[in-house]
Amino acid sequence: MLESLGGQIFNGLVSGAFYAMLSLGLAIIFGLLRIVNFAHGTMYMLGAFVAYVGAQSLGLNFWVALIASPIVVAIVGIILERLLLCRLYKLDVLYNLLLTFGITLFIEDAMRLKFGMQGSPYVIPGKLEGVVNLGFMIYPTYRVFVIVASLIVCIATWLLIEKTSLGATLRAATENPGLVRAFGINVPALITGVFGFGCALAAFAGVLAAPVNNVAPLMGDDIIIPTFAVVVIGGMGSILGSIVTGFVVGVVVALGAFFYPPISGTLIYILMAFVLLVKPTGLFGSVEGSR
Amino acid sequence: MPETLLSVRNLQAWYDESQALFGVDLDVREGEVVTLVGRNGVGKTTTLKSIMGMIPGVKGSIALRGTPILGLSSHRIARLGIGVVPEERGIFSGLTVRENLMLPPVIAEGGWSLERIHQLFPILDERRNSIGTKLSGGEQQMLAIARILRSGARLVLMDEPTEGLAPVIVNAIRDLVLDMKRDGITVLLVEQNLRFATKVSDRHYLMVHGKIVETLSNEEVVHREGELLAHLGV
Ligand SMILES: Nc1ncnc2c1ncn2[C@@H]1O[C@H](COP(=O)(O)OP(=O)(O)OP(=O)(O)O)[C@@H](O)[C@H]1O
Ligand SMILES: [Mg+2]
Repeated sequence: MLESLGGQIFNGLVSGAFYAMLSLGLAIIFGLLRIVNFAHGTMYMLGAFVAYVGAQSLGLNFWVALIASPIVVAIVGIILERLLLCRLYKLDVLYNLLLTFGITLFIEDAMRLKFGMQGSPYVIPGKLEGVVNLGFMIYPTYRVFVIVASLIVCIATWLLIEKTSLGATLRAATENPGLVRAFGINVPALITGVFGFGCALAAFAGVLAAPVNNVAPLMGDDIIIPTFAVVVIGGMGSILGSIVTGFVVGVVVALGAFFYPPISGTLIYILMAFVLLVKPTGLFGSVEGSR
Repeated sequence: MPETLLSVRNLQAWYDESQALFGVDLDVREGEVVTLVGRNGVGKTTTLKSIMGMIPGVKGSIALRGTPILGLSSHRIARLGIGVVPEERGIFSGLTVRENLMLPPVIAEGGWSLERIHQLFPILDERRNSIGTKLSGGEQQMLAIARILRSGARLVLMDEPTEGLAPVIVNAIRDLVLDMKRDGITVLLVEQNLRFATKVSDRHYLMVHGKIVETLSNEEVVHREGELLAHLGV
């Protein structure tokens, strides 16, 4: 009983790791661009596919993919931002939501035409195969790696934003882009970079997900819907909030499913509805953030 | 006579359909401190923002040392050596005092060093890790000016730096502006406080409904103080 409860908590941490990385990227993008990037799940899927195709055609190994894929997807994001998104900033946010939704449909269908619906397996890298004894239980090595890698990336991102001068510039631009620009900082370039960075985070998560599930064109949809629920629960206001909420929601949902399995698919939305009733701006959100 | 640093001709600006500036003409010479006075809503802030490239669709001409700058994006204008101390100070609530101070990049050599700033305003060092907006209004104003001096800007556009501040603080800002002047920094100042304006400025432009209507010397402002105050409604 205890062993399987522990296992379930770790499963929760694994889903939480993905929620955290994705909602973190969404939060950073929302902070500066004020848009909800519906295409975020697509970037995650592309990240997995870059790793998969890279392995198939170039023999790219997992470790290289973990670096290369986020870079490739960041470039895709940057092109999309420069080509399309940047034209809509002056309009109501709904237009950007529609646009990113359209981008999602477009890319997903293109990938479906090329790769089919089925999805393909991606093998776990050799060093991370097998199980590891955590002392109190035995758990797949690769999944432990996912949790650790996600934590490292999330914390590094948080430090970058909270503790560096680049991060300070970013926070200032979130607050008053016009003034930051009048100080001589190229805010449009900053925006492009931030969008690219957010996409890179999603792609990193996608590469991590490749050995866990099949690499499939619609894999982004499966993760992005609960991730939006996480974002609503945590609120759009805070970087740290999105990381913490990601992991906590992952664990809470896993525990709910452990004690009452029928609830596993809906618990996250029940949580979301509950938070909306009690604190509509989300647990860490402010009115400022949801403006 | 020093050469003209900033030259604005027939400047017109709009907010959506409504026109805010109706042909502003003004000149600021190297090393001068010039004020722009006028009642609320005549377009003083709009003039500064237009010079800075912060308002789209502006017409007319703006030249810095003879080079046209109208139409450049505002980060490029800043890089030419212009700094802003905005209305209501523009201190960032998401940044600490130190982060606020270090935010504007150094755009030219000869800016004030951190040591010099801290010597003049020890509070900015003592409270470097506090949230910027937790400082008092006067301290925030010092921070807003100090961060621009650090950047090395040679022309500083200041929008109502004394607004809502106690007389001692106003005096401190006066000394600071006089210090800047001694350093050869040129200042275009928007100000409602005529006493303050006459102490720091070389001349004054009177603005009415989106236009400059008169240039006044310090003596004229002192002489016509009652009439001007009545006009400004302050
Ligand atoms: N963002 C805006 N949108 C629409 N109209 C604006 C905007 N900002 C200013 N205005 C209008 O443009 C005109 C000029 O405003 P501006 O802020 O330049 O005046 P000001 O002289 O700086 O006034 P104050 O002394 O109150 O600061 C005013 O009629 C004002 O209502
Ligand atoms: Mg004003």
